[in-house]
Amino acid sequence: MGTQTRQTLKGWLLASPLVVILSIFLVLPVIAIVVVSFWGSTAYSYYPDFQFENYTFLLTSSVTLSVYLKTFMFTAITWLLCFLIGFTVAYFLAFHIRSLPVQILLFMICTVPFWTSNIIRMISWIPFLGRNGIANNTLLSMGLIDQPLEWLLFSEFAVILAFVHLFTLFMIVPVFNSMMRIDRSLIEAARDAGASGWQILTNVILPLTKPGIMIGSIFVVTLVMGDFITVRFMSGGQSASVGRVISNEIGLLQYPAASASAVVLLITVLLMISIMLKFVDIRKEL
Amino acid sequence: MKQSDLVLQDVSKYFGADTVAVRNFTQAFEGGSYICLLGPSGCGKTTTLRMIAGHETVSGGTITLNGENIASLPPARRGTAMMFQNYALFPHLSVLDNVAFSQKMRGIDKTSRHRKAQELLDMVQMGDFADRYPAQLSGGQQQRVALARALITEPTVLLLDEPLSALDPFLRIKMRSELARLQKELGITFIHVTHSQDEALALSDRIVLMNNAEIEQAGTAQDIFNRPRTEFVARFMGGHNVLNINGKPMALRTDHIELDTTNNNASQGLRGSVSYIEYLGRAVEVTVTVPDQADITASIPDHRYRESSLKTGEHVTVVWQPEHLQALS
Repeated sequence: MGTQTRQTLKGWLLASPLVVILSIFLVLPVIAIVVVSFWGSTAYSYYPDFQFENYTFLLTSSVTLSVYLKTFMFTAITWLLCFLIGFTVAYFLAFHIRSLPVQILLFMICTVPFWTSNIIRMISWIPFLGRNGIANNTLLSMGLIDQPLEWLLFSEFAVILAFVHLFTLFMIVPVFNSMMRIDRSLIEAARDAGASGWQILTNVILPLTKPGIMIGSIFVVTLVMGDFITVRFMSGGQSASVGRVISNEIGLLQYPAASASAVVLLITVLLMISIMLKFVDIRKEL
Repeated sequence: MKQSDLVLQDVSKYFGADTVAVRNFTQAFEGGSYICLLGPSGCGKTTTLRMIAGHETVSGGTITLNGENIASLPPARRGTAMMFQNYALFPHLSVLDNVAFSQKMRGIDKTSRHRKAQELLDMVQMGDFADRYPAQLSGGQQQRVALARALITEPTVLLLDEPLSALDPFLRIKMRSELARLQKELGITFIHVTHSQDEALALSDRIVLMNNAEIEQAGTAQDIFNRPRTEFVARFMGGHNVLNINGKPMALRTDHIELDTTNNNASQGLRGSVSYIEYLGRAVEVTVTVPDQADITASIPDHRYRESSLKTGEHVTVVWQPEHLQALS
């Protein structure tokens, strides 16, 4: 056996644990979903088959389009808010806090919501946003409103609020990481060249933070696109998303239909990410 | 006093209550001269430079340039430009855009700022690299770009923070002469921070040697090297022995020493024995151990050493001309 072959074999052996884990827990399930998506089904049974009915139904239904549009809307608004809040928080942590211990402490505070499950975090909004919740009572007693606001809870507002609450940290972390890598003398060099604070932000910090923003965006977009539980809880069942459609189909034991929906969602998300990666090279950051 | 003279009056920098970085720095720098701020690390030279640049606030004192106190102006309005130690080129911008950065900040349109930046790049012989990115350049090339970026603002004073320290020795000497040439051509003041006495001696019209947050001695290169005022200056500049003559510290250049093996002059020199001989190419450094003195180093030209028969352990008399002794305080 030549050295070349032995090296190749060694490489494969070293990679094999990961290959095995990914094959069993990622590749096989995806293949299973793709296979099942071509199966046939009746109202009370499903059977192995190779037919396109699930896809034909899915791709010609007007419900699919409206559900996708709604999901894109959730994704876009959530992304924008997560970006604005995440960037601001990361900027504050990275450039305004000079001492490392304080930086670490504040960073830990950002992670506090993650010390409990996301279901609990969502439920904890209910007493706050409800018809007789803290928010409405406060606004009423301040005299800002005469009627309790109905749209605070079980609404799209509540869904987006919960998304932003749940996912902003996923934006803060990579953006903060990118910002901490920016050489501070670059900012001095920009100031030396006469750049104002805003010009430093737009001409130096923002371009150099792009990879972090992109990584955070991938997190936020994939999480929102695939979510079903937040939408169900926070909209009180009144709003739909792609994830909820799949979840409902599974509830009705319509596995072939659910699989087809899942495959379409997977392709959609992969397309979105590949478009995002066209704009920024994130490899430097990994 | 010229408009372009830079005058620092009692400039101080305190960090907190007890840490003094710079204490009462007072110096007038003639416009168009090459100045080196020299000293060991932590002596306050970089802080002084950063205060002139405006990247560090002054705790007290005034900095006057072009007839106004610039101590509280923002960096870009001082008439200074800074070249950073690691060059601080923007990694996301091409070489041309790096140089054009300050013009872009001033809102100058793309065509004119690129034309101007190209001129500057041509001046530092980097014209062919305009489209490259900083990561694709060598250290020396990055430095030229940084220089062009600083000079595009047409400063009265260019501030250079250890500009040569990141280069390999060969390139360092090459860039050193280019800096000197550029300074003569442009006729503006260069203030160059360094911890290398060779660099300071080679470049400076005036050296300001700092130690412990204060100016230890300021003067021309010849002044500082030939007439060190303190033991610190003599030791830091190198090439000096510090002797104890009648209880007073005296500096004596290593190349102003003769080693007498005949011992005829025993009455007027110091007797000792050769403890170490180091060959340096053009000269040989001979270390002589003398009782009741620190070791004395004599620098002897190569041909003189070969004519002599000096070897380790030999008894010699260290002799010198009295006028070469320099009293230290």
